[in-house]
Amino acid sequence: MEVLLEILKGLHPEVDFETCDTLIDDKILDSFDIISIITEINTEYDVAVPAEEIIPENFNSAEALYDLVERLQDED
Amino acid sequence: MLFTSYSFILFLTVMFLLYYAVPKKCQWMLLLAGSYCFYAYSGIHFLAFILLTTVSTWYSARRITRIQEQQAAYLKEHKASMDKEQKKRYKASMKKKTKRWMLTCILLNIGLLAVLKYTDFVISNINGIFHTGLTFMNFALPLGISFYTFQSMGYLLDVYRAKYPAQENAAKFALFVSFFPQVIQGPISRYNDLSGTLYEPHSLEWRNISYGIQRICWGFFKKLVIADRLLVAVKSLVSAPDEYMGVYVVLVIFFYAIELYADFTGGIDITIGIAQVFGVKLAENFERPFFSKNITEYWRRWHITMGTWFKDYIFYPISVCPWMLRLSKKSREVFGKAIGKRVPVYLATAIVWFTTGLWHGASWNFIVWGMLNFLVIVISQELEPLYAKFHNRFHVSGKTWYNAFQILRTFWLMGAIRILDVYRDVPLSFRQVGSIFTTANWNELFNGGVMRLGLTMPDYLVLVLGALVMLAVSLAGRSGSVRDKLAAKPVPVRYLVYYALILSILVLGAYGIGYDSSQFIYNQF
Repeated sequence: MEVLLEILKGLHPEVDFETCDTLIDDKILDSFDIISIITEINTEYDVAVPAEEIIPENFNSAEALYDLVERLQDED
Repeated sequence: MLFTSYSFILFLTVMFLLYYAVPKKCQWMLLLAGSYCFYAYSGIHFLAFILLTTVSTWYSARRITRIQEQQAAYLKEHKASMDKEQKKRYKASMKKKTKRWMLTCILLNIGLLAVLKYTDFVISNINGIFHTGLTFMNFALPLGISFYTFQSMGYLLDVYRAKYPAQENAAKFALFVSFFPQVIQGPISRYNDLSGTLYEPHSLEWRNISYGIQRICWGFFKKLVIADRLLVAVKSLVSAPDEYMGVYVVLVIFFYAIELYADFTGGIDITIGIAQVFGVKLAENFERPFFSKNITEYWRRWHITMGTWFKDYIFYPISVCPWMLRLSKKSREVFGKAIGKRVPVYLATAIVWFTTGLWHGASWNFIVWGMLNFLVIVISQELEPLYAKFHNRFHVSGKTWYNAFQILRTFWLMGAIRILDVYRDVPLSFRQVGSIFTTANWNELFNGGVMRLGLTMPDYLVLVLGALVMLAVSLAGRSGSVRDKLAAKPVPVRYLVYYALILSILVLGAYGIGYDSSQFIYNQF
């Protein structure tokens, strides 16, 4: 989780990613951010996030994103 | 059959009467029959093309769902006996099968679109480069092919991604592809949004009828009173580019922005209004785009359904595909982290804007238009930290005057790029924009220059008032539905507004001698 939080803070230092759960709904993350996050996740966790997983529910909070990473790691 | 033609209004009236007269379970079938009649009106042979897309997509999607169901059943049955590696291998083999159906269907449909739309463009380039004399094919484009192909391919990809199962009923799917209000110029609907409201029975509800007709009238007002009137001036300006340079190009940018907005949003208002009369809810396609403060925001608010289509089905898949991730990793190793992470985003954005340009038309002006959009987006993205520093240093964020500056900057920047759509010629477009800075003829604006463009003083008065009404409605829409607000007004006020709207369409619509309303701009895409 620490690594993921670092990735997110690198993009938007002003956001409290530990509590925010409306990252997509409130348009905090845009499509450029999402792709940056996915490429960073790929480097750090060696997990490929497929396009069908790019839905608001998976990117609205750091926790949801971490769950996605864990699920994909488990499936891998 | 144009939305603004008498034959369409007659067709709509007959459809409306029949729709609420037939048994409710047959309503969607009537819509299908009506949609095919509407489509056949544009040329009966074009039915073959829309049928091919419908049948191929329906069948492929069904095959994909069958394979997915087979996979789920097999995994459930052999849950205990399979280890992780076996499951992974099995899933991969099934994915390969669904992928085969998906790719075959996409190749067939996008291939058909490409052949019909781009063959002559390729031939003209070959002739230009190699000085050959290949004959043009002059294929006639089936009505709305770009829109219904994209809508169908979106459905197919959603089924492939197991977002929902395929539609079993071919006739119901045919209605999704051909629904007559939206087949010509969108919005590009998503199956999971539209299917429920499209197939379910609808009772005659006064609210739907009233709100739908209000929206249709509002669309007619924008199209007939504003867009078609401005078209006269834009045509005059564009048909004599050597004569109209400098300040006249500023006029072209301004007039065309308003014309395109009134034309396209007016067309979509009519589309959404017609659907509402039948109880069908379509997705909104605009969210006050001319109030955008930057180009990225503008594209989130203009032609929304096309933008989200490109994002979901082209931008994301390309950005996260294995070869792009490999390229990103390699770039990080070679150029460092900062550049490496930009590679997938910018490369995918370039592909999206190239495709968006091509989608709009088979000519270089649209491709250059797309690439200029890409360039501005990338520059804005790269300048973001600089903007942030500027905003922090001078505390301008949120200030009314600065918001206004950002809105105007975006409006004029987008207008300048859009000039490629007006002149349809790349060197000419650049020359004309350049002339703004080199031709000092601003005084001609006040010396009767604008009165030579085919519009009279009363026309300009109607345009100014019409644009102000559009602006007022747009501003009122920020805090909720304008029709809800109107419905809450006393009856005399309400009816005064209704009558004023209808009367203005009848009296002020740009009809003239031998009236024939012009084609909607987006019909040609």
